[in-house]
Amino acid sequence: MTPSQENEKENLLLKPRVPVGIVGYGAYIPQYRLPATEIARIWGGSEEGLPVKEKSVPGLDEDTVTMSIEAARNALKRGGIDPQLLRAVWVGSESHPYAVKPSATIVAEAIGASPHIQAADLEFACKAGSEAMVAAMGLIGSGMGEYALAIGADTAQARPGDALEFTAAAGAAAFIIGTADEACAEIISAYSFVTDTPDFWRRAYQHYPEHGQRFTGEPAYFKHVTTAARNLMEASGLGASDFAYAVFHQPNTKFPRRVAKQLGFKDEQIQPGLLSPMIGNTYAGASLIGLTALFDIAKPGDRILMVSYGSGAGSDALDIRVTKQIDLCRDRALKTAEYIARRVEIDYATYARYRGKLALH
Amino acid sequence: MGDVYIAGIGLTPVREHWDQSLANLSTRAILNALKDAGGVKPQAFYVGNLLASTVSRQTNLGTLLVYNAGLEYLETFTAEAGEASGAAAFRMGVLAVLSGYVNAAMVVAVEKATDMVGPMLDDRIAQVMDYDFEAVSGLTPYGQAALLMRRYMDVYSVPHEAFGTLPVRAHTRAIGNPNAMFHRSITIEQYLQAPILTDPLNLYDAAPYVDGAVAIILINENIASHSQHPLVRVAGSSVATDAMALHDRPDPLAFSAARLSCHKAMDEAGLNLQEIDVFEPWDAFSIYALLSIEACGLAAPGEGSLWLKDHSEELPMLTMGGNKARGFPLGAASLYQIAEASLQLRGQAGANQVPDAHTALVQSMGGPASTVITHVLTGK
Repeated sequence: MTPSQENEKENLLLKPRVPVGIVGYGAYIPQYRLPATEIARIWGGSEEGLPVKEKSVPGLDEDTVTMSIEAARNALKRGGIDPQLLRAVWVGSESHPYAVKPSATIVAEAIGASPHIQAADLEFACKAGSEAMVAAMGLIGSGMGEYALAIGADTAQARPGDALEFTAAAGAAAFIIGTADEACAEIISAYSFVTDTPDFWRRAYQHYPEHGQRFTGEPAYFKHVTTAARNLMEASGLGASDFAYAVFHQPNTKFPRRVAKQLGFKDEQIQPGLLSPMIGNTYAGASLIGLTALFDIAKPGDRILMVSYGSGAGSDALDIRVTKQIDLCRDRALKTAEYIARRVEIDYATYARYRGKLALH
Repeated sequence: MGDVYIAGIGLTPVREHWDQSLANLSTRAILNALKDAGGVKPQAFYVGNLLASTVSRQTNLGTLLVYNAGLEYLETFTAEAGEASGAAAFRMGVLAVLSGYVNAAMVVAVEKATDMVGPMLDDRIAQVMDYDFEAVSGLTPYGQAALLMRRYMDVYSVPHEAFGTLPVRAHTRAIGNPNAMFHRSITIEQYLQAPILTDPLNLYDAAPYVDGAVAIILINENIASHSQHPLVRVAGSSVATDAMALHDRPDPLAFSAARLSCHKAMDEAGLNLQEIDVFEPWDAFSIYALLSIEACGLAAPGEGSLWLKDHSEELPMLTMGGNKARGFPLGAASLYQIAEASLQLRGQAGANQVPDAHTALVQSMGGPASTVITHVLTGK
């Protein structure tokens, strides 16, 4: 490699001028659970080797906006900040209730943010939430604002009978990004990797997404997650053992486990953030909710690697270090494990009604 | 039969080559074969392929491949015989060299099954059946194999376990083949517990649709003396066909075309089955390999699995993993079979080398023995 190529990866590392961090965090997971065996009962197939145990299902009155508000309120409680101080509200999702009309303005107004702010919806399949976090790092890291709210939320859609139906779930996570000195976790740097890889998509006016089956694996999820993670670690001079925990996008149980192994992480490093077996794939919320579960248990000084993945395709890798502040803010809101424990099992018929699967006209 | 020899072999790993095009993949195989043949210049170029026109939306494939491999202006066209397309192209090469029109011919077989996924791919592959009577009603090659398997189990009172011998052996063999898709052995218990695809056909009864390209250079005796490898001779080559639709056959378990094609190729080579050192049967499905063994006369009808158990060491089969474990690049699979058998006869099969291999019988099928192409190869 020439010297310029050697520096390239380090140059591509996103490091803010002003050190930034997560001032407050919050999760929300709807209470309904649909067991994978219930889907197998309706659509046939083996009850062995199902991709998750069960998935979360939003109630009739829940959508990406309401879940974002719940998660944002938890983040505000933990951050202990006045919502009027937020300089931006960004909501990443692929299930915004409106095709045209932002979710972000509804969320901003509901949580009491000022109208004199930046607000927008982001869309990048399951990576939209981490992209909002990186954008917020830019805003705060450049000194243009004191706080920014980044949200990843989804009520994921799946065609009845499709393999995705086992995992397509609902949930949200919100992070208030501020300066590192008052953060419960510093975001040291980020590294992103994106390519034009058509592994999963939903065209305009379509109800349900389509996917490239096995193409969603090696050339899509694994290539992007490992590239972003390896480049971030290489550019930062870090190895898997430098991290207390790692959390990866979790479309099922198998992929994050396998990618962790490929990157040299041990089971105990990923287990606490691996929620997909219990709540399914919460899409834009998935790696972010996993991160909230890690914040719920992490000790000051713990380093965490978070790597999202969005189809289409790309990954954001974030190098995060928990601060002393974590012990103060953690108990100010409902913990992620408590949301997971708050569980009401439903059958396929109830799920079909809640998710609008029955065509009434 | 006159003298036709294999002068060059070029293989590519059988994989899901998502990032390779038909031309990229073929060029790798072509360059490998040219290098292996050490300066032989082919005067004709035949392509074996099944899916390019539907799955990759590409016709006139030969011209595309020839140009991309830097062999501009060469005569070329495609042979198609269902999943046996590669063997059909090989036979074209044999005929071209035998005719005396060319001294050297290149045969390339390529498949890019991963250019399409899911039901769309299944629909394109189903076109190897009688479309008006079989595919149109929703039958797939998997369904067809399951029907034959069910009938075999019923007629001969055979348990599912009987079909497991070859898949288990194929997976063991593939470990020693660097070009194989799978490098993991399976046990008969794992075989029996595999998920059902189309009852009674399970995951290990069916070879996986994947991508691959392979090239072989054929020469006549005029230039054979320059070869840098032990020469492999094409001693027998035969194509036979049967009724396209299963329901048009008096006995669907007979695989008559497999029997006819095998006998004719063996007659041409002047060999009998006892003189064969390596057998590459067609294992797109485990049931087809059993029926192939029976049709070739190695075992009586219904006794293929018993024969396998009792004679397992006598005749090495699926020596590089077969379609099951090397991977099944549809129209290219049959040329992989021929290339692998040739490596055995050259003594270049690495960890999987069969000792003292001088003769090989290679049988390839389009559909459930609708088209059967059998080759007999001999080494020194």
